[in-house]
Amino acid sequence: MLAPVQERTAKAWTRPALIDCDLHNELHGDVLALLPYLPARWREHVETFGVRPPAGGFYPRFMDHRADARPPSGRRAGSDVAFTRSQYLDPYHVAYGILIPLSPAGGQQNLELSAALATACNDWQVAEWLDREPRLRASMVIPFEAPDLAVAEIRRRASDNRFVQVQFSGRPQEPMGRRKYWPIYAACEEYGLKVMSHAFGSYGQPITGAGWPSFYLEEHVGPAQAMQANIISLVAEGVFDRFPALKIVSVENGFGWLPSLMWRVDGAWRLLHTEAPHLTRPPSEYIREHVYLTTQPMEEPDRPRFFLDLLDQFGDMTDHLLFASDYPHWDADHPDEAFPIHLPPQLQRKLYFDNAAALYGLRGRSEPAE
Amino acid sequence: MGGTAGQQAPAPASLASAPSGLIDCDIHNVVPSTQALFPYLSAHWREHITNTLFKGPVDSSYPRQAPTTVRPGSTPADGGPAGSDLGLLRNQVLDPLGIEAGILCCAYPIDSLHNPDAAVALARAVNDWQIAEWLDKEPRLRASVVVPSQIPQLAADEIDRVGDHPGFVQVFLPVRSHHPYGSRLYHPMWAAIARHDLIGGIHFGGAPGNPPTPSGWPSYYFEEYAGMAQVFQSQVVSLVVEGVFDQFPSVRVALLESGFTWLPPFMWRFDKEWRNLRRLAPWVKQAPSAYIREHIRLAIQPLDAPASPRHMSQVIEAFGSDDMLMFSTDYPHRHDADAERALLATLPAMLAQKIRRENARAFYRLSS
Repeated sequence: MLAPVQERTAKAWTRPALIDCDLHNELHGDVLALLPYLPARWREHVETFGVRPPAGGFYPRFMDHRADARPPSGRRAGSDVAFTRSQYLDPYHVAYGILIPLSPAGGQQNLELSAALATACNDWQVAEWLDREPRLRASMVIPFEAPDLAVAEIRRRASDNRFVQVQFSGRPQEPMGRRKYWPIYAACEEYGLKVMSHAFGSYGQPITGAGWPSFYLEEHVGPAQAMQANIISLVAEGVFDRFPALKIVSVENGFGWLPSLMWRVDGAWRLLHTEAPHLTRPPSEYIREHVYLTTQPMEEPDRPRFFLDLLDQFGDMTDHLLFASDYPHWDADHPDEAFPIHLPPQLQRKLYFDNAAALYGLRGRSEPAE
Repeated sequence: MGGTAGQQAPAPASLASAPSGLIDCDIHNVVPSTQALFPYLSAHWREHITNTLFKGPVDSSYPRQAPTTVRPGSTPADGGPAGSDLGLLRNQVLDPLGIEAGILCCAYPIDSLHNPDAAVALARAVNDWQIAEWLDKEPRLRASVVVPSQIPQLAADEIDRVGDHPGFVQVFLPVRSHHPYGSRLYHPMWAAIARHDLIGGIHFGGAPGNPPTPSGWPSYYFEEYAGMAQVFQSQVVSLVVEGVFDQFPSVRVALLESGFTWLPPFMWRFDKEWRNLRRLAPWVKQAPSAYIREHIRLAIQPLDAPASPRHMSQVIEAFGSDDMLMFSTDYPHRHDADAERALLATLPAMLAQKIRRENARAFYRLSS
């Protein structure tokens, strides 16, 4: 899959430089990597009591990462900025990478611990990633289940514009549109931060509306269902009227489900809109303005032509599709092999670069390098 | 709203031109009140219901007066709930549409009852009520066995009790369940379904006690309504991955009031994940989409139709099978789109006819 570095450097690029909207900076040893960034009080707490997300729902997985992504240092795949740079950023013509750390911070039962871990994780991101690699931008880890503490962290980081978005897990304790989270959205709108929801993670709920599945294979289909529920909630609760500048980024949840979701929610709204009189427009219009989606895991229809049909159904929502690799996870998408069709040049520029550049305010141009 | 009850609703013009011999695979027969079940309940339960605050389960899947629950003119003159009157069903659906066979889907929320004895007693009563007051009175109708699905062995017992009655063709399974329906916990129930050669009719709704979304409880009914499609998706994943179709190869499953335009991209994603992770479920011998096309059919209402007919054509083509869709009115519920106009009239005649009649006739094994 990822070719050795030596082969890659000679390539003449026919596709634009890319903005990778799902790049994982992994914690070597999980929370252990954050201990140096925690104050003594919380360091001792973690050393004694560990981290405590709501338990009961562990699925033995296939494998975390690509076998070839383990750095020469022997540290965990994705934990070494130098190796991410040499294995991926440099050879794959990556203009910017948006970091998404998968830390235990957001889903802790102890909300103050959640806040402490979030601050520590963000400090780690600055020290070991952002300060070392200018192409990187980051997702701000926040204790989203404690909105007052989350807003404090947002204000603390607001002046560092390398943080481009805040991070929610795929299944917060309440649907994302609920008023509990509105103070977070207010702060994000104030500071121009996007609200990003990354697949997986939970506050104790199963990934279905019908109980706990048995197998990781089931869980791996599930983010599509989880994100759709969150989008429905954000629309229904009027979040996009209340915070008109807010943008939502759906990461690693797929995107093939979006057209049928919009048709269904519009149909429901046409009959049931008196239940939510605060909504002044059909749900699909809110979705078209406010929701962005990353491409990984890429849709793989039975026939390539169905992918073109899907893009046709997207219409100008193709302006909201953002390329993502999910490097270094086992199911990462290769930038040059992931799409089931050859994209026309204009669409290439949008999906690989321009859409993300516009969303995140990143400079640069999408012509191919020579 | 009830003032027009009893009058025959005029058939929509587009339906009047449809060929007769329509099969409707989602009609709601609604229990008018717990008292209506008294003739089918023992003295113990009649006393229990009369003397305690237990008035029967509360149906939250269909708010009684919501626009989606009640189509105009379907509320009976006696003030009972829409869908409780056989005469109105005949006048509004069976006769004007030329329904050859209608499949009743009784959504009485047995699954919401935590008391297992109450669940069993009421399930039996509802099924006996269905036989006496619907099947015996109207030969065009077939029905779905209601079961205490929350305790699969008790569900199997009820299926064994009435499943061979010729009027029962299906077991009603609310899509929201306490565990996904593929779980081994439910295999005794699937064994009974297979034993009696019934269809597992997975249907909109349910009151299992756990929330309808992966992030907990939403605020609005219209979120639950729209979001029910995702619960169907999760159930299909479970049925395939847990090997229900491998363990019980004869089992047929209908998705009712589920929507269908979500199915093709869902199959792509599911097939992809199976290719990646199939070693975790080695009994799943073929791609999920193959199981789905073989074992599962979907009712067409609600259509969840795109504004563009071209997009609907793309969806239909991406199904990769002409056998999967089945006409339904979902009476007395109301929908945004008319089936003839938004779907059937846009399709090649043979496919439209399969959807109107042939697919359900084959799937439900209805004689001509």
